Amino acid sequence: MLKRTADYIVFTLLGLAPGSRAGEALDFFLYDTTKIFLLLTTIIFVVAVIRTSFPPERTKRILSHKREYVGNVLAALLGIITPFCSCSAVPLFIGFVESGVPLGATFSFLISSPMVNEVALIMLWGLFGWKIALIYIGTGLAVAIIAGIVIGRLRMEKYVQEYVWEMRVGNAGIVEQGFRERLVYAREYTLDLLKKIWPYVVVGVGIGAFIHGYVPADFLARWAGRDNPLAVPVAVALGVPLYSNAAGVIPIVHALMEKGMAIGTVLAFMMAVTALSLPEAVILKNVLKNRLLAVFFGIVAVAIVFVGYLFNAIL
Amino acid sequence: MRIEVLGTGCVKCKTLYENVKKALEESGTNAEVAKVEDIPSIMKHGVMSTPALVIDGRVVFSGKVASVAEIIGVLG
Repeated sequence: MLKRTADYIVFTLLGLAPGSRAGEALDFFLYDTTKIFLLLTTIIFVVAVIRTSFPPERTKRILSHKREYVGNVLAALLGIITPFCSCSAVPLFIGFVESGVPLGATFSFLISSPMVNEVALIMLWGLFGWKIALIYIGTGLAVAIIAGIVIGRLRMEKYVQEYVWEMRVGNAGIVEQGFRERLVYAREYTLDLLKKIWPYVVVGVGIGAFIHGYVPADFLARWAGRDNPLAVPVAVALGVPLYSNAAGVIPIVHALMEKGMAIGTVLAFMMAVTALSLPEAVILKNVLKNRLLAVFFGIVAVAIVFVGYLFNAIL
Repeated sequence: MRIEVLGTGCVKCKTLYENVKKALEESGTNAEVAKVEDIPSIMKHGVMSTPALVIDGRVVFSGKVASVAEIIGVLG
């Protein structure tokens, strides 16, 4: 129905010819933006309501003193639903390790939480379809679990800043909210988030629409196609500075895929955008020594590059 | 009454601080308001998501920017 409305506006009301570059680009833009905003509004709201049941204080209790594997898997899963913003990364990290959450599980959480986030998933689902969105969730969780296990095995506790272990953490208890309060919270959260990301979505879809309409098909096949082994690492490196703009980046990448970028490269690029971020590294430097920070980034980067090669090989 | 706004200095923490001031003004409540930005003091309250609002040592909100109306509601 959305598609038909977009077609009607562009080809009938505005009188642009179907198949013309401007017509196709505008049609694509109208259809994609409305679809994405509808999805974003409904899903962010639902996720926000669910999140009110999983404050980080509860997640911490669930993960405290969990064994390897069980702890990493749970941490990665809870990373999806526990609200997390990189500005609270430090109190969260300290709260976790102080209450006996193993270092490896803490990292599984820290990796999965920004990577498997609802905005990225909605954009992937809306533009690439549910199969790609599911593959992204699955591989994102796998990266978080495996990287967390490796970091746990490396016994890097001594590379956490000393003061973290000496910190005395109080017990805040969990402030329970009534159902009404949860709905109000979810509404506010949804509005706030939409206010923050809408320009990125519009600009991202706009650039995507331009590429869709004006860039020749197979334009990228030579450089970003599956035959170029350098494409995956280059995509991962490019993803690091694009932090937190999953909303703007995904529509562009979607259009690039149409022009020949291979799917594994696309996945690796998006994971790098969400999981590897410079501002987060700067914040985490407050609690991690350089060596652990480098190991964390290195392991996640290697895992993401591996995901890229894997999907370029099998899909 | 002593009110503390806990947060490492992000935009949300500043908004919460402003909301607290407005709430006090609107409700005509007298209270001492302090910004707490150092990590050890934040952790002492067991808060893991900022910004958080503490009234007389008790965490009332954490991980959200409470609105003026909500703050008036908990001023009691």
